[in-house]
Amino acid sequence: MQKQSIFQSKLLPYALVAPQLAIVLIFFYWPALQAVIQSFLLQDAFGLSTSFVWFENYVELFKEPAYFEAIVRTFAFSFAIALSSLSLALLLAVMADKPLRGGTVYRTLLIWPYAVAPPVVGVLWIFMLHPSLGVLSRYLRGMGIDWNPLLDGNQAALLIILSAAWKQISYNFLFFLAGLQSIPKSVLEAAAIDGARPMRRFWTVTFPLLSPTIFFLLVVNIVYAFFDTFGIIDTMTRGGPGKSTETLVYKVYTDGLLGGNLGSSAAQSVILMIMVIVLTGIQFRFVERKVTY
Amino acid sequence: MVEQEGIRRYVAHVILWIGIAIVAFPVYLAIVASTQDNAVIANGQMSLLPGGEFLKTYYQTIFVGTSGTTREPVGNMMLNSLIMALMIALGKIAISIISAYAIVYFRFPFRMPIFWIIFITLMLPVEVRIYPTYKIVADLHMLDSYAGLSLPLIASATATLLFRQFFMTVPDELLEASRIDGAGPFRFFWDTLLPLSRTNMAALFVILFILGWNQYLWPLLITTRDDMQTIQIGIRKMITTTDALTEWPVVMATAVLAMLPPVFVVIAMQKLFVRGLVETEK
Repeated sequence: MQKQSIFQSKLLPYALVAPQLAIVLIFFYWPALQAVIQSFLLQDAFGLSTSFVWFENYVELFKEPAYFEAIVRTFAFSFAIALSSLSLALLLAVMADKPLRGGTVYRTLLIWPYAVAPPVVGVLWIFMLHPSLGVLSRYLRGMGIDWNPLLDGNQAALLIILSAAWKQISYNFLFFLAGLQSIPKSVLEAAAIDGARPMRRFWTVTFPLLSPTIFFLLVVNIVYAFFDTFGIIDTMTRGGPGKSTETLVYKVYTDGLLGGNLGSSAAQSVILMIMVIVLTGIQFRFVERKVTY
Repeated sequence: MVEQEGIRRYVAHVILWIGIAIVAFPVYLAIVASTQDNAVIANGQMSLLPGGEFLKTYYQTIFVGTSGTTREPVGNMMLNSLIMALMIALGKIAISIISAYAIVYFRFPFRMPIFWIIFITLMLPVEVRIYPTYKIVADLHMLDSYAGLSLPLIASATATLLFRQFFMTVPDELLEASRIDGAGPFRFFWDTLLPLSRTNMAALFVILFILGWNQYLWPLLITTRDDMQTIQIGIRKMITTTDALTEWPVVMATAVLAMLPPVFVVIAMQKLFVRGLVETEK
């Protein structure tokens, strides 16, 4: 797609793209390239000599059980966050899509958590469910549950999943509502005339027509769970107890912070890059399909 | 679609209110906690109704900070966050709109390669290249500076793509008409294209401001001085590992203050927000 009507100028267009190009090259390509190069190098313990070691950093990484566990954990978190947040958001969107009195008020009251930063989400949730002073912990203990997410790894993981899903409800809700509103009412009326009851109408008409939105949101939610949970984890559990809430991004952060192994940290970054590129690629392919519908 | 319509509506209202309660409860708790005495909270005896310490807590939080060693007024942190968020939002819009203008309205060698170079950045968030980026920012002596905080986060293509898409829909006749009026590339951009882009710019600004204000990992790495902390970083440092020392009312007041600007933006500019969100995800 190109404009027919354009300006003629030799230097001006370069001057116009120069600022963005400079920033992208300095702060994006250069560091990304550094990460790739670094991932093939090995430094000795004193940082005095560096040698080219091909894929040794990667091989070492995959031999490390902790890394493998972090991969599995990250994917488990992602799917748990995506599924819980998507299902609750879909339920709310279906309800809000009905012609209700005060419909726009509901929308306003449901979308604002989008603006809450991940570290704040972490602080809010750990306060609510803190083992010694959390308001909800009292009730949990009253029900006979030995609640202590600061010591119990599974409970910590649950807390991360719930709080991350909580933040994402508003985003999913908004896109589901838009998706629902774009479904032609005539299709639903036709199904109603054929005698399909509301539940059946939802599963046979609405849900399939919503599938592009669901798929899009699934990818967005997984990417969100990969990266944006960092702030939640860092304020809530700092990867602990043990390593039970350490995701891939959190591992890159702590491994790099301890400063020990630059090569391994770089290799981890490169693997993350590849994962995101694959996810984004899937999303783009799907967007293309949606356009040709 | 008439079966038991009344009951169904009633159920819908109830479910929506339950949803709102789930969404609002943690925030309500934070607001309530910020008005109570720390000793009561630390004992696990917190009340679910507001206490009387509102003014005291917020005054202390904004102008003094916690009583611990890293005593830094939250007012200053909010100023840092504000400057960073504005630099990210305005910087990204400014450099993107002019590069999109060049790519759409000019033909020049390497036009498409340049477009692709910018486009690819869409794929990788800053998190996957934090340490190399950190090293570059350190080498450029930009640690603990607003430029270091914002420039690496400006390096992304979303806004460029958005403006490119929008410019493609602007009818060619407008350019021809202003050319007949004797307008050059600057005049056309300033007098015609910029006014037309106003809504897009505003929608983008809303989204970018929220994203900028909520940045966490990057500021965490590159700010070492307490007076350069953003509010998101400050809040983490207030939670000490020894629970007994955490001043929960101040922490919660800081959480409330950290939420206030972006939540206000979402609610006050809801239309622009929704538009920006949908457009940037395309």
